[in-house]
Amino acid sequence: MLRPEDIHRLCRLARLEITSAEVADVAAKLSSIVGLVDQLQAVATTDVTPMAHPLDRSQRLRSDTVTEVDQHELYQRNAPLVERDLYLVPKVIE
Amino acid sequence: MHTRTLAQLAGDLRARRVSATELARHFLARIERCDETLNAFITVTAEQALAQAAAADRRLAKGEATLLTGIPLAHKDIFCTAGVKTSCGSRMLENFVAPYDATVVERLQNAGAVMLGKTNMDEFAMGSSNETSFYGPVRNPWNHALVPGGSSGGSAAAVAARLAPAATGTDTGGSIRQPAALSGITGIKPTYGRVSRYGMIAFASSLDQAGVLTQSAEDAALLLEAMAGFDERDSTSLDEPVPRYSQIVGEPWDDITIGVPESFFDQGLDADNAKALRAALAELEKLGAKLKSIELPNIHLSVPAYYVVAPAEASSNLSRFDGVRFGHRAELATGEDLTTFYMRNRGEGFGAEVKRRILTGTYVLSAGYFDAYYLQAQKVRKLISDDFTRAFREVDFVAGPTTPSPAFGLGQKTSDPIEMYLNDIYTIGANLAGLPAMSMPCGFVRDLPVGLQLVAPPLAEAQLLKVGHHFQQATDWHQRVPAS
Repeated sequence: MLRPEDIHRLCRLARLEITSAEVADVAAKLSSIVGLVDQLQAVATTDVTPMAHPLDRSQRLRSDTVTEVDQHELYQRNAPLVERDLYLVPKVIE
Repeated sequence: MHTRTLAQLAGDLRARRVSATELARHFLARIERCDETLNAFITVTAEQALAQAAAADRRLAKGEATLLTGIPLAHKDIFCTAGVKTSCGSRMLENFVAPYDATVVERLQNAGAVMLGKTNMDEFAMGSSNETSFYGPVRNPWNHALVPGGSSGGSAAAVAARLAPAATGTDTGGSIRQPAALSGITGIKPTYGRVSRYGMIAFASSLDQAGVLTQSAEDAALLLEAMAGFDERDSTSLDEPVPRYSQIVGEPWDDITIGVPESFFDQGLDADNAKALRAALAELEKLGAKLKSIELPNIHLSVPAYYVVAPAEASSNLSRFDGVRFGHRAELATGEDLTTFYMRNRGEGFGAEVKRRILTGTYVLSAGYFDAYYLQAQKVRKLISDDFTRAFREVDFVAGPTTPSPAFGLGQKTSDPIEMYLNDIYTIGANLAGLPAMSMPCGFVRDLPVGLQLVAPPLAEAQLLKVGHHFQQATDWHQRVPAS
């Protein structure tokens, strides 16, 4: 069973704010999900190669050339706050 | 007009029995009339649709029609569409206007298709009922008190209610096949890598695959032919030629053997669904298929393996949503730091189910747990995949249910995530193994459609579609349309 302090630690790691009213419910539901996936612990897998990917092929490589063009104006139209082509975030250095 | 299939509509357009503009207007009017109740669309792109239809009419007049010229379609709101809001069902992307087209969108547009709009979906495709959407749940056209399935619930409801003749979808654990089954239509998830993932908002990258939701296997063949194929912009795209699915579906079928895992018919399956499925298998046998009992000894582990692998990949993929370059940005009080800024943007932008998956993924990947969960899940994934490989030495397809029961009620499973997750118990295996799989209507239970699932070896989409087409030539389940 996950405790409230576990939830706070995970939220910090995942950069995810949840309200104090939500913590108990999140802890209960996450605990039941962990209970579900704990079924995997009983499976014998000593000599099994982990499968990272469904395709048994090597990764294709592209040539080391620049293919992107500068489209920052287009992309920055979706940014919440931009000034002089720069993305703005809260002041972090005094 | 709206009950005609893609193949029929393409014929009507070429013979000039109907214009692309008339067709677009007809479906836009149906959306206008029915979608207030169904909520299948997040965005309706009427203006673009009419402009694309006018362009299609000009090409038709010049005799320059290609595969889908003038055919109206809807896209799941997970595909980027240049200049059109692409929300992925989330508040996080409520104001996001995609700067480019997904490959799927681009290819269908190049083939002449007309986009009617963007369909509703579970937030970031995480859900099996379309109830996690920030834009409200979609209602099942067969019974408005029930869910249409998910995550491609808007696409499924739109096609089932004939608000669009066909739609695109994505499938990470069953998100095309499950809503297709619950809404009474045909849905195919191709082999992993068959259709480009470029411009398709990522959920779990080793499982995600785009496909189609249609009225029939024949329509699915037509659409998939235009969508599939190598794309250098997707590093996991398969560099294999695309067969002419639309021609192959009509060819006579060879001797086929269909494997039936008996464990799929145990106590987990609704008894009436089981009856409908057995009857459908008997029909296939009558059409010449051989049935063979098989075993997939590790398939019962697919849900737990999936709920490690998928959330782990999701927690990584969704880290890009930080509210700096795009996405939801929260108000911040003076003096609050950068970490709080990220946490609040994400806390407000994501809904409860997405948060649960991100936290689950963070948990299974955190220090000290990686081997026990993630590595172990990847090993179990291998066992499940090997079961299919072994089965396909003896049989051409694996058949069974798509879902444990017909459509369930809105709100019925939202309080218990595990109960919701178990809805995908029959579909997840194909995603873990990367195999093509299709659901098609095979009967009705308590006035609700039931889906039969067929899974095939890698790249056997053409064979899958052919079996589907032959079954649909002999049955009429796929032609049933909900009232209204």
